[in-house]
Amino acid sequence: MNLLLKTAARNILRNARRSLMTGSAVAAGAAAMMLFGGFVSYIFAGLETINVQRVGHLSVFRSGYFLFGSGNPAAYGIDDYQHVIDLISNDATIRPLLTVVTPTQSLVGIAGNFSGGAEASKTFLGVGLIPSARDRMRMWDERHTGQVHRADNRLSDSDESRGIVGVGLARILGLCGPLHIPHCPAAPVEGAGKAQAPKPREDLVDLAKLESAPGGAKKDEAPQLELLGATVGGAPNVVSLTVAGAEPQGVRELDDNYIAMHLALAQQLVYGRGEHKVTAIVLQLHRSEDVPLVRARLQQIFADHHLDLEVRDFRDLSPFYVQVVAMFGTIFIFISAVMGVIVLFAVVNTMTMNVMERTNEIGTIRALGVRRGGVRAQFILEGALIGAVGATIGALIALAVAAAVNHAGLTWVPPGNSAPTPFHVDVADRPLLVLGTWLVLTLVAMSAALLPANRAARLSVVDALRHV
Amino acid sequence: MNPSDFAVAAAAPAEAAEPPTPAVRLRDVAKTYRTGQVDVPALRGISLDIPYHRFSMVVGASGSGKSTLLNLIGCIDAPTRGTVEVCGQAVADLDDDRLADFRARNIGFIFQTFSLVPVLSAYENVEYPLALVGTPQAERRRRTEELLEAVGLSPLARRRPNELSGGQRQRVAIARALVKAPQIVLADEPTANLDSETGAAIIELMHRVQARSRTTFVFATHDPQLMSQADEIFAIRDGTLVEHRPGRSAP
Repeated sequence: MNLLLKTAARNILRNARRSLMTGSAVAAGAAAMMLFGGFVSYIFAGLETINVQRVGHLSVFRSGYFLFGSGNPAAYGIDDYQHVIDLISNDATIRPLLTVVTPTQSLVGIAGNFSGGAEASKTFLGVGLIPSARDRMRMWDERHTGQVHRADNRLSDSDESRGIVGVGLARILGLCGPLHIPHCPAAPVEGAGKAQAPKPREDLVDLAKLESAPGGAKKDEAPQLELLGATVGGAPNVVSLTVAGAEPQGVRELDDNYIAMHLALAQQLVYGRGEHKVTAIVLQLHRSEDVPLVRARLQQIFADHHLDLEVRDFRDLSPFYVQVVAMFGTIFIFISAVMGVIVLFAVVNTMTMNVMERTNEIGTIRALGVRRGGVRAQFILEGALIGAVGATIGALIALAVAAAVNHAGLTWVPPGNSAPTPFHVDVADRPLLVLGTWLVLTLVAMSAALLPANRAARLSVVDALRHV
Repeated sequence: MNPSDFAVAAAAPAEAAEPPTPAVRLRDVAKTYRTGQVDVPALRGISLDIPYHRFSMVVGASGSGKSTLLNLIGCIDAPTRGTVEVCGQAVADLDDDRLADFRARNIGFIFQTFSLVPVLSAYENVEYPLALVGTPQAERRRRTEELLEAVGLSPLARRRPNELSGGQRQRVAIARALVKAPQIVLADEPTANLDSETGAAIIELMHRVQARSRTTFVFATHDPQLMSQADEIFAIRDGTLVEHRPGRSAP
């Protein structure tokens, strides 16, 4: 084996220029695969982080909510949700894996702005949440993407009236000025010949006036929205929301409709004086890899306690995440395949020329007693060495380029995000990517050498010795 | 990858037998090459016995079939007809891998063009056949150094073939052929690419080595200088054995 390796290594150096060209092709392929793989990994990590911060790892719903409940969230409320939360929080298996368990209430309705002479309304998609739990969820960054949010003091557990809206909704409702949102145009003035903001329905205005009558006074200078919804029983209900700020939501449809508010306010709007329920109990874990374990445990708990609940993970709730992962995964495979083919042809070409040039040498070692398998092994080993050395150089190049990019301070806006985030290429943190790429390209180089190696092994000893 | 492809087990039983059988026995051996649509006979039914421990020469003009005969004896080619026995082993009974093993243990080759492995040093070229049969490292070193000393190349042991003269390369080839103490050494025109002075030195060297090791040497040559050293001479013409006579140095 030592002799085989020594001979293979020296034969590679013997045709240094040719080996260098072939090794360069392997190195370029390896670097391209690792850099793109590192970039894709970072995108995956970023998307996962955004989604886990927003919707947690797992959500517990009443059965049927996921398929049918979004149109009428109130009808799928979880009864006695605090009991369910206690069951989850106190479970010995789940507790050490958990960072946050918090209830949320989804709701739909109409938001109206009638302050300062404005009269604009818009349907909204709202979520009621516990502000402190939201803050803790937005600090999750298992993948070290740097997308950690500081605590949002615009919302407070102690102030149930405050909420934030999407920048799109703020624009539509004429809140850009009061909220001092940069790059947010004010709504056109009525009669200026331009499109007019939608006028609210009169019944909504009346209800709003009722709500903002003495006793429902403004608590501060922040603008207020009147939120109209229907209770579980079908009765109209209105609450006032103090808009503490606006936050872009990345996806325009969501941005134009989004309102986040205190859970208690959402429950007041949806359930009125009836029993307050929630639409979901959100769980965020320390590590994403624990999702299957916790999911299985939750299902066991619900079965044991005869609770009619279902569990969904963040992939179920974010089809966009799944689609992006699938798309970039496919692109990575395509690029890898192209690189693999380039390496394959480069190595086949080099090894074929090596076999031709060394035909007499093949005859000599066969005459000395090397078996056909030994000749085959010789050339396959040479192909593998070229692949291994090239892939190693490619890995070093990829690590250097990734380090340079990561220290350049570049930023970008990933899909589904609203704010610029650091642009990273995760190569050093992805040992499986580096090792996998190295292994694949080395195997491709070995496979490429197989054809010429077989040809060398099949040579007649006499014919090979006669070859000049 | 099978390690035995490169290293024949040293402890494997020898497939060769010692006398009273001759070192080489050919019976009605014919070899025909096919060139395009034309059959070209190289040997036309040769029968001969080559004894052990002798300096035997196969002589004849270019194209007479000398090299073909040596290839058949060296088990690197198969006859179209007839039987070839080398060291008591019927060559036809062995498959390709066993033939390779047989060559590794029993046959040494010296080629006209030296045919050294260019990426290996003189030392490594000589060591190569021992590595093939799995000789232990210490024993390999001892025998390699001994053979390099015998051919006078110890000071040049680390040089690659392209750093050696033609005569030096052929001496490396001789050391390589003898290092494993084979039953038979086959040398195809070993002096053809050497000047007469170097050729004479090489012949003298091989004769000296043969006298000491009692190895069976079989040459293919038309070099009169080399023929003068023969114990046995087999003359071939047009693929046919036309004469078998003792050489001048025969006992």
